[in-house]
Amino acid sequence: MSDHKLTHRPHIAWWNDPFYRGLVYQLVLLCVLLVLVYEAASNASQNMRARGIPTDFGFWFKTSGFDINLTLIDYGAASSTYGRAFWVGLLNTLLVAGISIPIATLIGFFIGIARLSANWLMARLAGVYVESLRNIPLLLQLLFWYNAVLKPLPNPRDSLVMPGVQITQPDLSTTIIASLMVLAGGLLLRRSRAMQGTGTLLGNVFGSVLIGLAILFWLFGGALLGLANVGLLHLSGSMGVFLNNRGLILPEINLVGGALELSIASLIGLGAAFVYRAIARERQRQTGKQQAVALIMLAIIIGVPLITFGFLDSHVTIAYAELRGFNFAGGVRVSPEFAALIFGLSTYTASFIAEVVRGGILAVPQGQNEASAALGLRRGLALKLVIIPQAMRVIIPPLTNQYLNLIKNSSLAVFVGFPDLVQVFAGTVLNQTGAAVQVISITMAVYLVVSLFTSLIMDLYNRRMALVDR
Amino acid sequence: MKRIIATCLIAAAAGMAATSSFAQAGKTLDQIKQRGYLSCGSNPGLAGFGLPDDKGNYAGLDVDLCRAISAAIFDDPNKVKFIPLTAKDRFTALQSGEIDVLARNGTWTQSREADLGLLFAGVNYYDGQGFMIRKKLNVASALKLEGASVCVQQGTTTELNLADYFRSNNIKYEGVVFATSDEALKAYDSGRCDAYTTDASGLYSERLRTVNPDEHMVLPEIISKEPLGPAVRKGDDQWYDIVRWTHFAMVNAEELGVTKANVDEKAKSATPEIKRLLGSEGDFGKAMGLSKDWAYRIVKHVGNYGEVFEKNVGEGSKLKIRRGLNNLWTKGGIQYAPPVR
Repeated sequence: MSDHKLTHRPHIAWWNDPFYRGLVYQLVLLCVLLVLVYEAASNASQNMRARGIPTDFGFWFKTSGFDINLTLIDYGAASSTYGRAFWVGLLNTLLVAGISIPIATLIGFFIGIARLSANWLMARLAGVYVESLRNIPLLLQLLFWYNAVLKPLPNPRDSLVMPGVQITQPDLSTTIIASLMVLAGGLLLRRSRAMQGTGTLLGNVFGSVLIGLAILFWLFGGALLGLANVGLLHLSGSMGVFLNNRGLILPEINLVGGALELSIASLIGLGAAFVYRAIARERQRQTGKQQAVALIMLAIIIGVPLITFGFLDSHVTIAYAELRGFNFAGGVRVSPEFAALIFGLSTYTASFIAEVVRGGILAVPQGQNEASAALGLRRGLALKLVIIPQAMRVIIPPLTNQYLNLIKNSSLAVFVGFPDLVQVFAGTVLNQTGAAVQVISITMAVYLVVSLFTSLIMDLYNRRMALVDR
Repeated sequence: MKRIIATCLIAAAAGMAATSSFAQAGKTLDQIKQRGYLSCGSNPGLAGFGLPDDKGNYAGLDVDLCRAISAAIFDDPNKVKFIPLTAKDRFTALQSGEIDVLARNGTWTQSREADLGLLFAGVNYYDGQGFMIRKKLNVASALKLEGASVCVQQGTTTELNLADYFRSNNIKYEGVVFATSDEALKAYDSGRCDAYTTDASGLYSERLRTVNPDEHMVLPEIISKEPLGPAVRKGDDQWYDIVRWTHFAMVNAEELGVTKANVDEKAKSATPEIKRLLGSEGDFGKAMGLSKDWAYRIVKHVGNYGEVFEKNVGEGSKLKIRRGLNNLWTKGGIQYAPPVR
């Protein structure tokens, strides 16, 4: 387009000028597109009206009349509207995504790092995990967890019961035998340190196994082998935890009074912990002395609300579930549908995240590893302080993709009977109201907004982590 | 410049053509004749109503209604394409014109006609919702289902009745909702739910599909009215008449004693009602766009209502459902058809 800036322009008609011509073409294209979109929309609504299909959003305020078995907000078939059902479904979708994303990230990072481990067995196991999970369609995995693992659990009357634990004085002989076993294990470990080759591995394995057995023996005596229990812990009664084909049933813990004070105390504790971290870091920068940060932070975060609780006039009630009629009443229940969905989504997405993490770590030059080893950093510290921070720059963008995939894949919930947005809104609501175009448009818009919002957050995080050019 | 205008015109024309092609929907009957077959929305997995056999041939009460319509139009009961639909997708398929008639054990309700733009053309099975439970639970009534988990199919009146019934009787329950009846039944069979609910007719056939049918029983309560029948889109009265009168012709044929076996003989009968029905007197098919022997074709190829009922869900089938409400009005039921005249 630089030719119009020339002072000596040859006189040409404007429609032969490439600048105007381009402009006209684009305008025409835009017009045609707008006309097409308008035509399609008005045609659809005209046809829908002609066939007596609702074209408005009036259904949003009508009473829904159906029940949903997991609701995070108040909802009742008789009192709530289709709009309310939409929010219930949306919150359930967000709940699934919100729980699955951290779990998938944790498993993914662990497997990704494990796959690079020098330990042959660990690296191979991680490899098998990744290759098998990411190559089987997610829907099949969900159906597997739901139909093959969770549904064959016993019915409520034959529930698996988690036994209660009582602490008793262990026999003196138990303690002596356990101590001797620990001693022997320790000696083996110590000896194997000095040896070379396969002897090291065998010594390590036997030593660790011996110590493990000693601890189990001290805790449970011979109970695990069906002999008399002469150990520390005795199993009896029930803790109120049951597992059956209706799900995992836990006691319900309720706080009576003082909720506001405790949440304020928790916030103060959290703030104080971060203030402490900043102070500790500053001190380390000035003096070079390392401070114990993590443990003290944890102590502050837990300690402040705990002490506050001691001063408050409030108490905690624990309601145990009990078998009444067909199902357990009271307590909190994690349904098999929910568990299958969370488990399937997390483990599947984790296999992709593991590869992203492995790729990110491999992208950090080998020299960085060697340099941190030369500084005397152990493998764990080197990963934490040197390798992972650099790898994160490579990891975050593809990690965002995996998060988005997880959110979108959560719509497979409908196949395991979990009431997410697609099942409740694009399923039951669509069918009962017949407003297919509106319901599907809203559902698509919601997934778009949730995904874009996730991208935005990850993008902000990425900018913070990106290499700053100075 | 000319080129620009030309491009514009072509694009606009293409746009118009693309959008207007589905605005000009012709009459349903003309479309079917032109296409050469009837497109019938069917249940892919409900024995007695709509279920393909091992060769892929659909059979059932609803299926035979579609075959009867095909017989009335084409003089051939097999010019039907059965489109398998889930409960959730069925009305959208009908609204959008993917199918001509929906004969998929759909319940006739006010909102489905008023809000969904559909018309129900009659009731070919009077049903009601019931529950199936395990015998070993020793429950004799649905009112004893306090705290039970109930498996149910999504997008059905069943899902709504379930909520109504338990709420009005002040019983707590957990509804576990699945997209297809197949998944809901599997979940019930595996023990995920204490009870399975659907229309009573469905319960009989679904019970036979459990691993051990003898371990299950159907509770006596019927908690709702479920008039099941074929539905069509609003806006084509002629097509609505054809579907409605196909059912009525079958009921009238039973009432008049015209069967698949004796229809040729009966066509020569002197009884005026039979003559009018079978087209040997007058031309009652013409106004519906059909031939005058439309009802003769239906009975000849498919049979009367009673025959179809017995073959699919009655004594001639595995379900062995008694006629009950679905008997003729002259025999204690409520199946009643206006006369052909």
